Amino acid sequence: MLSFGPSEEQQLIQSTARDFAGAQMRPNALAADEENALAPGFLERAWELGLAVGAIPEAHGGAGMPRSAVTGALICEELAFGDLAHALAMLAPALVAYPIVDYGTAAQKEKLLPAFTGSAVPRATAAVVEPTMDWDPAAMTVTAERRGGDYVLTGRKCFVPLGSSAEMYLVYAAEGGAGLDRVQGFLIPRSAKGMSVGEKEKNMGIRGLDTVELELDGVSVAADARLGGEAGCNFEKITSYSRVALAAMAVGVARAAFEHSRDYAKERKAFGEPIAAKQAIAFMIAEMAIEIDSARLLVWEAAWRLDRGEIATKESYLAKLYADTMALKVTDNAVQAMGGHGYIRENPVEGWLRHARGFPMFDGLTTV
Amino acid sequence: MIDFEYPPAVATMSEIMQALASAQVRPIAREMDENEHSDPSNGYFESIWEMSKASGSVSGLLDKDAKDDARRTELRTSSKQVMLLVMIEAMSWGDCGVYLATPSPGLGGAAVAAVGTIEQKKRFLARFAEGKPKWAGMAITEPGCGSDSAAITATARLEGDQWVLNGHKIFVTGGKRAVVDSEGFVVVWATVDRSKGRAGIKSFVVEHGTPGMTVLKCEKKHGIRASDTAQIVFEDCKIPRDNLLGSAEVHEGGEGFKGAMATFDATRPAVAASAIGVGRAALEYVEERFAEKGLMPRYGISPQKLTARERDLMMMEANLKAAWLLTLRAAWMSDSKIPNNLEASICKAKAGLAVTQITQKAVEMLGPEGYSRKLLVEKWMRDAKINDIFEGTQQINMLIIARRVFGYSKEQLK
Repeated sequence: MLSFGPSEEQQLIQSTARDFAGAQMRPNALAADEENALAPGFLERAWELGLAVGAIPEAHGGAGMPRSAVTGALICEELAFGDLAHALAMLAPALVAYPIVDYGTAAQKEKLLPAFTGSAVPRATAAVVEPTMDWDPAAMTVTAERRGGDYVLTGRKCFVPLGSSAEMYLVYAAEGGAGLDRVQGFLIPRSAKGMSVGEKEKNMGIRGLDTVELELDGVSVAADARLGGEAGCNFEKITSYSRVALAAMAVGVARAAFEHSRDYAKERKAFGEPIAAKQAIAFMIAEMAIEIDSARLLVWEAAWRLDRGEIATKESYLAKLYADTMALKVTDNAVQAMGGHGYIRENPVEGWLRHARGFPMFDGLTTV
Repeated sequence: MIDFEYPPAVATMSEIMQALASAQVRPIAREMDENEHSDPSNGYFESIWEMSKASGSVSGLLDKDAKDDARRTELRTSSKQVMLLVMIEAMSWGDCGVYLATPSPGLGGAAVAAVGTIEQKKRFLARFAEGKPKWAGMAITEPGCGSDSAAITATARLEGDQWVLNGHKIFVTGGKRAVVDSEGFVVVWATVDRSKGRAGIKSFVVEHGTPGMTVLKCEKKHGIRASDTAQIVFEDCKIPRDNLLGSAEVHEGGEGFKGAMATFDATRPAVAASAIGVGRAALEYVEERFAEKGLMPRYGISPQKLTARERDLMMMEANLKAAWLLTLRAAWMSDSKIPNNLEASICKAKAGLAVTQITQKAVEMLGPEGYSRKLLVEKWMRDAKINDIFEGTQQINMLIIARRVFGYSKEQLK
């Protein structure tokens, strides 16, 4: 029955995420950006909170929280509102754990899931994006070729979150031909022959997040490394989950910029009154409010479809396309509304603009 | 819990209205646009009138105070506003101008239903459940004041048992059909004491054919030509004392005026819904034509690889859907008894602008065909624009949103 109100449980999870983001992420955001590193001990504290992979079923030793893309979207928005780099780092384990829960063979679940239910931060991540101008999840250049009973993977990946320290990579590769349905995942240990983990990447934004390039030079893995074995995985649906999560994060980043602009506009005086009293500024802020709500509802609706079992390719794609565009405009206006001060790195708004610009390229960087 | 599924009754109504719009409204869309200020040739006014009478929607309005009728309780609770907006959206998909011209209690009736006494509701609303088609209008705007309705100059003074109205009203939607063509009425905003500003503004019901009331002209408009937009002059127009809606007292706090403004929280989402119906008509048509040529948007590919045409189409879809979700949210809040002043303005501002842009883009996307009056696309563009203007322009709604966001008063943000 039509409702725009989160349930009590969702509100509780939402406020847990909000409190954590307020205490552990936002205060460290500027330093993480300057020092190209997350706050010390952040990953451990985030892991302890248990939000990242809380929906691993109890049968596999998880917390057994209900798996919901809507709830996930609420979490993503709050975390990204705190800081995008920390948020992406915090949820990186889910990039491996949830696809295993959804598609893994019994053996894969038994072997790999315990790493996600223990007290130590799991050292696993996923590799989706590729370092080319033509990057397209539906036309990957990393290929997996079947040779006898094995798969041989070749190509380059980038934006692999927490890639420097990971021991296990879920690498997505095309098994010949274009289309999201041609993509499968492969669970590859760092030590595999032909795998090289590159230097930490230097990106425009999310500088606190450790991302790396991966080079796969004919990496050969046994058939049981293929996610889901013979049955494989549904990469289209994996992509929908990722897009909903990223779009929710774009909403979070935009909301951070909006709230900052709103407060600044009331404080900053020009010609004897707050600039908020000038329509030119007031309308910019009003437009932010409208556009953020617009994107958020598109995200919720796409997430709701996922929760109903739909693949929601179109809805999640449109939600992300809209949210990406919106976040760029909102953060740009947030810089603009502050004038010269917005351009200074001691203020967070220019950082939000750098974060927001990345969303169209971030396919697969997080999930719910 | 966040949920986007319509209640079954709303889903059913949505289908019924879509079928009705398709069968009876869309076919007269072009005719009503070309023959401004004429009546439909297919008997639409009469047939919709009979349907409306049979549905008992007006008796629901009438007996709002009775508590013993389970059906009406059902109507009042749960999804009343959502249901209404779904109906408006479907009708406007058929034709936005015809929807506006549909005989109904309209804005005037809504004002009576909102603040009228039981006696007034019976006296003014019963007519919508019987006899021939009728309309009711709302007269607020004047040549010298639009959104600034506190600056109204029309006056009402009490003489014995009568109010005497003087003033000039413009942009009265359905005004001629209400007071000349049918046995309807118009609700007129006038001041009883100009020195008291907005606190002095009251609303009055003026019956069809009342001496002293003259319909000067019907405007020739850019779009929504099916709907008449009247100029009405009141010259010593005398009406019964108890045609005043609400209290005659002038409260310094302007409570009466605030009450009148609160009706915008319901009418703005209704305008948004109407805009969205027009937008959906245009978007569906463009998509059909593209599909015929095998042009299918590629959902899922990297955004930097989208063609300009694909991106335009996708953003049109996303904007339309966002506007609809914002509108449903405002309605859901209203149905849930949650104050929705901010959200009503948000959905109106979003829908008005989004649909204006969607329909303008739709004309462009269809090339010379889009510009031709052989198709309805150019008409949808003209029709859509009004939704970014009436019931509070885009800019007025932006002001309201900004004031809410900042927690500012009218004086702090002008």
